[in-house]
Order: sequence, then C-alpha cells, then structure tokens
Amino acid sequence: MYTASSKPTKSQTARRHFLKRLGVLGVVSAAAPVLLSVARGADKKSTGIKSDAVSSKHRWGLLIDTSKCASGCDACVRGCHAEHGISSTGNDHTDAQWIRKIDLQDNLTGTLSSLPMMCQHCKTAPCVDVCPTGASFKRADGIVLVNKHTCIGCRYCVLACPYKARSFIHEPITDQQSWAPRGKGTVESCTLCVHRVDAEEDQQPACAVACTNEAHSAILFGDLNDAESEISLAIEQGQAHEVRSDLHLNTGVRYIDL
Amino acid sequence: MIDHLRYQTLKPAKVSYALVLLMCTSLALLGAYSASTMEQAGHIITGMDNHTVWGLPHVFAVALIVTASGALNGATLASVFDFSHYKPIARFTVVFAISLLVGGLVVLILDLGRPDRLIIAMTHYNFRSIFSWNIILYTGFILVCVCYLSVMMEKRFHHHITVVGRIAFVWRLVLTTGTGCIFGFLVGRNMFDSFLLIPLFIALSLVMGLCALAMIMAMLERWNATLLSDELLHSMCTLLMLFSLTLLCLSIVHYMLNLYVPSYSQNQQPALSGIYSSMFWIGYVLAGVAMPLFVLIKRPFATATQRLIISSIFAFIGCLVLLYVVIVGAQSTPKVLFPGKTIIISRFGDASIPVYSPTLWEWGLSAGGSAVAVLLCLVILRVLPLLPEPQK
Repeated sequence: MYTASSKPTKSQTARRHFLKRLGVLGVVSAAAPVLLSVARGADKKSTGIKSDAVSSKHRWGLLIDTSKCASGCDACVRGCHAEHGISSTGNDHTDAQWIRKIDLQDNLTGTLSSLPMMCQHCKTAPCVDVCPTGASFKRADGIVLVNKHTCIGCRYCVLACPYKARSFIHEPITDQQSWAPRGKGTVESCTLCVHRVDAEEDQQPACAVACTNEAHSAILFGDLNDAESEISLAIEQGQAHEVRSDLHLNTGVRYIDL
Repeated sequence: MIDHLRYQTLKPAKVSYALVLLMCTSLALLGAYSASTMEQAGHIITGMDNHTVWGLPHVFAVALIVTASGALNGATLASVFDFSHYKPIARFTVVFAISLLVGGLVVLILDLGRPDRLIIAMTHYNFRSIFSWNIILYTGFILVCVCYLSVMMEKRFHHHITVVGRIAFVWRLVLTTGTGCIFGFLVGRNMFDSFLLIPLFIALSLVMGLCALAMIMAMLERWNATLLSDELLHSMCTLLMLFSLTLLCLSIVHYMLNLYVPSYSQNQQPALSGIYSSMFWIGYVLAGVAMPLFVLIKRPFATATQRLIISSIFAFIGCLVLLYVVIVGAQSTPKVLFPGKTIIISRFGDASIPVYSPTLWEWGLSAGGSAVAVLLCLVILRVLPLLPEPQK
C-alpha cells in the first residue's frame, strides 16, 4: 500500500524526466567532439589530401636538364604510365601520350639531345582558352587539368595545344586508377601528378621519381614561386628555356641545355 | 512585288520526289547508325587519331554551316539589296538555310567524343572560347531566320522585312567570321594561324551557298515549283563567277603568301606540293574553279539552267575539296616544336606527316547530316507555303 508521501507527484516525475534528458544531452555533447575528431581522423587517413586550399602562393613546375636525360631511356614514360594506369593498345597515334621521349639534333652544331615532352602547364594555356565548356582549366597553383565531367570531347584543345601534349581517348578504358579517372571520348594530359602534389606527405611526380630511380635525376619538381626552392635556384643559375618561347605562353615546364 | 506573289506548298506528284525522300531517309538512318557505332566503339573506328583530330565529319559540318550562311544570301539580296528577282525565292532560302545549319550541327554534335553531354555544351560557356561564341551564333542564326521568315509570311509585319533582313545579313557575316576564327587563331598550328582564313571562309560561304541554292532549286523545278526566272539565272551565274574568283584569289594568297614567311614556308608544302597538292590543284583549282568558269563563260551547254547547275555542282565539290585541304591538310604538317633542331626519334611521330583516310563510319555520318538537311527542307516545304506559285 502506497502512502501519499511515497507516491511521486506529477511535478516530481516531470523533473526526473528533465534531469534524465539533460544527462543524455550532456553525454552526447561530450562525446560528439570526440566522435567527430575520430571520424575526421579516419577521413584524413583515407584520402591523405592536404587540408589547405590550392592557392596561387605556389606555382608548381618542372625543370628538365637535357644534358642528364639519356637517349633510349624511357623510365619517366613508364613511371607515368604505371602511376596513371595507361596501357598501350599498340597504336601510338591513338594511344594516350601524357609524356613522350623526343631525341633531337641541332641543325647547326649537330649536337644530340634527348628530352621528355609533356603538358607544359602554360600560364596562358591555349587549351584553357579554347575549351567551349571550361572543362580545361588551370588551378591557382598553375596545374592545367581537364574536368572529366564537363569535357564533351570536341578535341579543340588537342588542336590548339602547340606541344601535342593532349590525347583524345579513342577506345574504352579498363583498369583505371582511382586517383586518375579517365574515359573514352574525353581528352586528357599530364596532370603533374596532382594527386601526389596534393598529398599530405610531399611527393614528387611519378616521372621525376622514376628518373631519379634510374640515377639520371634529369627532372626536378618544385615551386616556381618560391625564390629559395631548388627549382627556382636552378633556373636562375642555368640556361633554362621554354619550348616555343616565341609563343609567350609562360610554361611551367622548363628545359636546360635545349 | 512581294505583295503580289502568291505562295504554295510543295505538291510533288512524281516518283522522283518519293525516291529523293527515300534516299535522304536511308542516308539519315545510315548516319544515325554510324554515329551510334562510333558512340559505342569510340573514335578508334574512324580514321582520326591524335594527329588528325578533326577529319571528314568536321569538313562536312563546316561545309554545311558555311553553306547555310551563304544560302541566306538569296533572301538578303532581296530584302537588303533590293534585288527584286530574288524576292520569290526569299522565303524558301531562309528555310533552306535553317535546314543546312541543322544538318551541320547534327554532324558536329554526333562527332563529339561525348555527344550525350550536349546539355553541358548548352549550359557551360567559356566566353574566352570562340567555339562557345559559335554555339551562340548558330542558335541565334536559327532564331533570326525564324523571325525573318515570320515577317515575310505575315503581311502585317512586311514593313519590318528590311530591318530583320539587315540583322540576318550581319548575323550571317558574323557567323561565318566566327567559323573562320575557330581555325584562324590557333597559335599552335602554323597552317591555321592566319587571319586570311576569315575572308576565305566568307567567300567560301558565298560560293557554297549559291551553288547549294542552285542545285536544290533545279531539283524543285523538276516537281511543281517555278523558281529559276531568266533574270535570276543570269544573276546567279554572274555571282557564281565573281564569288569563285574571289575565293580563288583568297586561297592562293593564303597559301602563296605564307611561302614568304620563313618559319611557315616548309609547312605550306603539303597543300601546294605535298600530299594534298593534287587535291588542291586538281580538285579545287581545276575542277572547282576553272571548270565552272569555263562552263559559264564558254557556254558549252544550250540553256542557262544547265550551265548554272553543272557549274554549281563542280564549284560545290571544289569548295568541299578546298575545305578538306584547309582543315585536314593543316593538321598534316608536323608542328614546329624546336626551331633550329631536327627531331630524330619520337614514338609519337612528331617529325612525320600523318596520313589520314576517313572510314565508312565517317562517310556515313557526313552523308547522314547532309541528308537530314535536305530532308528537313523538303518536309518544311511540303507543310508551309514557301514556294512561289507560277505566274499566270
């Protein structure tokens, strides 16, 4: 038998419910930041992308020392292809050519030289200018890319590129890498290994790594905007040239001893 | 005069009409099948590659577009320049121009790597790109033509014909200029990088438009239309001679002048003395200019209609050949990557002259687009009263 005093009143029940809810809210509030930070940490771990936005503080580029580039060596091409899942179909004219080796002879002196040719990541890129949908674009840090979602495959950029550095994909593609999406009917070119550049750990483009692994070290990657960077110092010291400098495209890829 | 004219729909009672319709439908279906196959298999089944990126379909697409622009002359000569003998064909030429442009756009769109992304092309614009401006110019051309036709067909609006005609005339000039600009400002391609391509494309549109008009009018004459009056025939023959000579002059200047630019000189050889030289000299200069001029001046055929039709066929084919040399030939020249140096080895063939031969799929798509243009025109003529009734 309940006495009148042992039976909780209506107001007591309401207070208990309120305190219970307050307790739950407190626990959740305390746990939320912990849970979010765990989730963020997991996210960071999975992508490995730098958290700061792409900015014009940097201008990424390459310096290629042709005196160190060996004729017959195509380690940079193989490195690039392996990194981006590019395989040959046997037809060089329709295959993607993100990077290719060219051997040259000077008409006057007869001097032989060898160099890799890829997208020159021009500051005033003709491919960006001509693209009707804006799929070809230049990032703030100077890397020229193609938005695979808005490229309609008109090939005007392939026609406009003075370096023949853009490739139209003529056939269905299999075995793609998740960081290098590619597709039949669209255009692609060297991305300066943007996924590596954007990675948290400072990484070099695959071609530069492959060249170093072959003990040639002909390809140097770095920030052209940083006056103290190795690439800027090397450009200042050496005779760095732009290919077709007469076009005034201000390329991000420069060549020594060309 | 225009107020006294009465118009009728096309009322063909001949087997030839059905045959033309059947042929156009078959070609249009062939074009659709070719486009579908290219869409599924990729451009690997075409003759195009990463050297010759724009091939036969682009030649036909550009040809149809500039022909559309030139065909509109039939109407603007009447409205803007007050050539009264062009007034009976004014309505019809506007519809013909629209049809040709649609045919050209069909080829252009279906040759894209991703034709399914047409909506992106219509909604994402890069206004630094002349290609983007051309999309606006093409759409605008159709709108201007529809307005032009409306003011011609509705008596209440007849007093606007001159104004709308002038707008149409300027628009068509800008459109052809825009098409020329697509090729004329490519710094990476020496053979394209010439402002002379702009007047050359305008002259090309005048010749091709006039020839296409003459050919389709001759076809319509076989049914129940009476389009080619003596005055009109004489005028068209004279204009064809003038336009052809202008185009010849511009094309010769374009190719010969560049021979005097040291860095360009070796690049001009494929057109003048290289792999496309026979097409240029025989296909264009001889068949496309000399032959029509001979027919028009020496008059080996009895009637003016015959002379106009024969010369138009030759001139039109000659212009197609010239466009092929301009578009494909320019891509056949190796790019000058390293002035002062010779490329010895390149896996991509940087030093070699690429060989392009169009495949059946490209012919199918090109013929299909052309057939769509004729088919659309014939269907509209069957529905709307655009052809002048015979004068009693």
